[in-house]
Amino acid sequence: MPSLKRRHFILGALSAAGALVVGWSAAPARQRLLTGAALAVVPGQVALNGWVKVAADNSVTVMMSQAEMGQGAHTGLAMLLAEEMDLAWEQVRLEQSGDDGIYNNQSMIVDALPFAPEDQGMAKRAATHLAGKIIRELPGMQGTGGSSSIKDQWLPLRQAGASARAMLIAAAAKQWQVEPAQCRTIDGHVLHASGRRASYGELAAGAARLALPASAPLKKAADFTLIGKPVRRLDNAAKLDGSAAYGIDALPDGLLYASIQMCPTLGGKVLRFDAAAARKLPGVRKVVAVAPMAGGLGTVGLTSGGVAVIADTPYQAQRALRLVTVEWEHGAAAGLSSAAVMDTLVNSLEDGDAKPHQRRGDATAALASAARVIEAEYRVPFLAHAAMEPMNCTAQFTNGGATLWVGTQAAGITRRAVAGALGIDTEKVTVHVPFLGGGFGRRYMNDCVLQAVALSRETGGRPVQLLWSREQDMAHDFYRPAYAARYRAGFDAQGRLTAWLAVSAGSSLGAPGMLDGTVQGAADTPYLFPAVRVSHRTVDSPVPVGFWRSVAHSQNAFFTESFIDECAAAAGRDPVALRAGLLGHDARHLRVLRRAAELSGWDQPTPPGPDGARHARGIAMHRSFGSIVAHVVELSIGVADQIAVRRVVCVIDCGQAVNPNLVRQQMESAIVFGLSAALHGEITVAGGQVQQSNFHDYAPLRIDRCPRIEVDIIDSDAHPGGVGESGTPPIAPALANALFALTGRRLRTLPLKLA
Amino acid sequence: MTKLTVNGKAIEVAAEADTPLLWVLRAELKLTGTKFGCGMALCGACTVHLDGQPVRSCVTPLSAVGARAVTSIEGLAGAQAQALRQAWTEIDVVQCGYCQSGQLMSACALLQSNRRPSDAEIDAAMSGNICRCGTYPRIRLAIHTAAGKL
Repeated sequence: MPSLKRRHFILGALSAAGALVVGWSAAPARQRLLTGAALAVVPGQVALNGWVKVAADNSVTVMMSQAEMGQGAHTGLAMLLAEEMDLAWEQVRLEQSGDDGIYNNQSMIVDALPFAPEDQGMAKRAATHLAGKIIRELPGMQGTGGSSSIKDQWLPLRQAGASARAMLIAAAAKQWQVEPAQCRTIDGHVLHASGRRASYGELAAGAARLALPASAPLKKAADFTLIGKPVRRLDNAAKLDGSAAYGIDALPDGLLYASIQMCPTLGGKVLRFDAAAARKLPGVRKVVAVAPMAGGLGTVGLTSGGVAVIADTPYQAQRALRLVTVEWEHGAAAGLSSAAVMDTLVNSLEDGDAKPHQRRGDATAALASAARVIEAEYRVPFLAHAAMEPMNCTAQFTNGGATLWVGTQAAGITRRAVAGALGIDTEKVTVHVPFLGGGFGRRYMNDCVLQAVALSRETGGRPVQLLWSREQDMAHDFYRPAYAARYRAGFDAQGRLTAWLAVSAGSSLGAPGMLDGTVQGAADTPYLFPAVRVSHRTVDSPVPVGFWRSVAHSQNAFFTESFIDECAAAAGRDPVALRAGLLGHDARHLRVLRRAAELSGWDQPTPPGPDGARHARGIAMHRSFGSIVAHVVELSIGVADQIAVRRVVCVIDCGQAVNPNLVRQQMESAIVFGLSAALHGEITVAGGQVQQSNFHDYAPLRIDRCPRIEVDIIDSDAHPGGVGESGTPPIAPALANALFALTGRRLRTLPLKLA
Repeated sequence: MTKLTVNGKAIEVAAEADTPLLWVLRAELKLTGTKFGCGMALCGACTVHLDGQPVRSCVTPLSAVGARAVTSIEGLAGAQAQALRQAWTEIDVVQCGYCQSGQLMSACALLQSNRRPSDAEIDAAMSGNICRCGTYPRIRLAIHTAAGKL
């Protein structure tokens, strides 16, 4: 057993040197079992690997590298380990993990590789394997995004649980002098056929002295007792009595508070300011200029510079800020308007030199020879994230080290950005990640963090909490970019679809080249068009842009699924039947489509509402983040041309649903988020300044306009897909398609406006 | 110093009279369960009760509180609060949770004045509270469930 010896040798080296480099010979997921440095423990507690600690009182702590921003990742991830370790749910405790390669998010990066989701080829497998290995070694690649938490830790956490369980059994067997195979585990205890029984807490110290087992088989899906069950969220209690701590709730000793006014022109900065009046107010400590800051990680643009007041209380800082007068340097965006940006995008839609991302057959020739051609142009606006918790960060810089309390989606990147800004070693930076009051992609960006870090240099070592007002949050986002797209389809004399040509224009997000995800959801549709060409032209503007829940899928699903509906109408076909005909033998898509049709009563007439108003249905389906979602929207028109969404039927195939309750929650969440955008969401820019400021002019859906939502989850034991975002993309096109069915009007611009 | 009654306790606070109650609760009294969301009474995240009535603490200056008893999420108690918390848990309403203190304060005030609210009455009472996670369908269900137990 040379591999076993090799493993023991490596583990021996760990205890000797206190550091471990896992050999490439190990299976990829097992490379994610042990941290470089052993986990910190409290008295009475031991670590059995890099994911789990067991205490003498039989509490079991699962290490959480992922941010909890509402998506339920903490609950779902804990279930993975608890399942394989046979824990009682009440034993489970959570703790924020440190910064180590085993927590690096491989799925998020691997999913961005330019391969079709259904591709099972060697090239994809090789690239995926290699990317996984590289990411394992890259510093700071921990991150919560791309709906990837469960998908990424599905194997590592289960293997950690199975491995810990095997060690606890081995410890019991050794103590009882019995064969491990005669022991079983239940509810955090090891039991032997003789009736002997010990809790994990009693066995943990002995288990920790044992070598990591060479292998620890995982349960079969049929044996799951937790996975697949609608387990309650672990964060319920704390979020109902006010005790749940978010970034804004950090209260370190000696805390000072800061409020900031940024240059209203995007990307502008402070030329000079007069703070004489502000400084006279009680509690004011300092008034300082803050430079423009980058968002990092594939975002485009800078958050404007500004003036910040540091004071003893939040209100003293806010009040004094109003008395500061600032002269701004407006910069490159001065005079910019979102209308002009859109004109530029539309004018960029000639697809001659746009970059092709999907090509099959000769779509141009097929279009030229088509008996009939239809064409449509779509537009989507800039969108703000508008998380309920406005951007904030608490930072302390003292004795050459920094401590942060911040709801970040990217703790590893944040830590390194802070170290870079302060010119100190990464090891000197500690990032506490409390609950996030919503993320939606906004909390991947470090602009507010870097502002707080700049302020932490001004306070003589005292911690300072920078909190943006809602107005600053709205006017200084990294927005979902605006896009324009032109779609063309050709039909033969029998009305069959023969050509599909799509071109879009707008910002590109992510790393240039391979990881540019701007055409995701457009260049990888499941539809088997006889000839297809999908291209994109990158057109940047001075408006800062970044990742917004479902990223490029948010616009591409609207384009694609609206246009499929237009094709059905043009061909006189039923929208469900037309889609089914283009899906070939794609069983997963077909199942989702047919189930959505069945549950919504697609084949029956839509009954009128209780008020007698005419109702109609529209359907859309989209694959993103490894899951397939179809929505059927039922709506009517209310008073003053108001679009009244009555009912949404949602069907998702997300592979194995680890916690169906969390999946349902995320579908409801993504639908409401997407409806807010489709019905009201629009950030406009005039004179280089964002025109919206608060929830009156950037209005999320409220409860009185929230439809009934029914969610159905397809039974599956496939590798879990993402669920945090995949419900958002298809809701806008389903809505537009329902509006068309009801009114005969095709709305091609978001947000949808009838009047 | 200003005299206040917060969650049943008589206290004195140092904040200036124009300070919104929200910041007195959060910064001076360390009662951080009440959240800042918009500063304009548009989102309801800062909802507290004054003598049992829901108010937006972000636009309520300390000077306007007077003798009225302040109840924040940390002090929210009684049959309605208990039924609501239980329903919220059973139905798994919360997601990010940031707006939920305000949602519970509004829901509790509703049930205290209306034992069996209809969907329309729930919508009317709760439409001042924004949730970006989209917990609305479960909030409706949880209020009905809690009402059914009272």
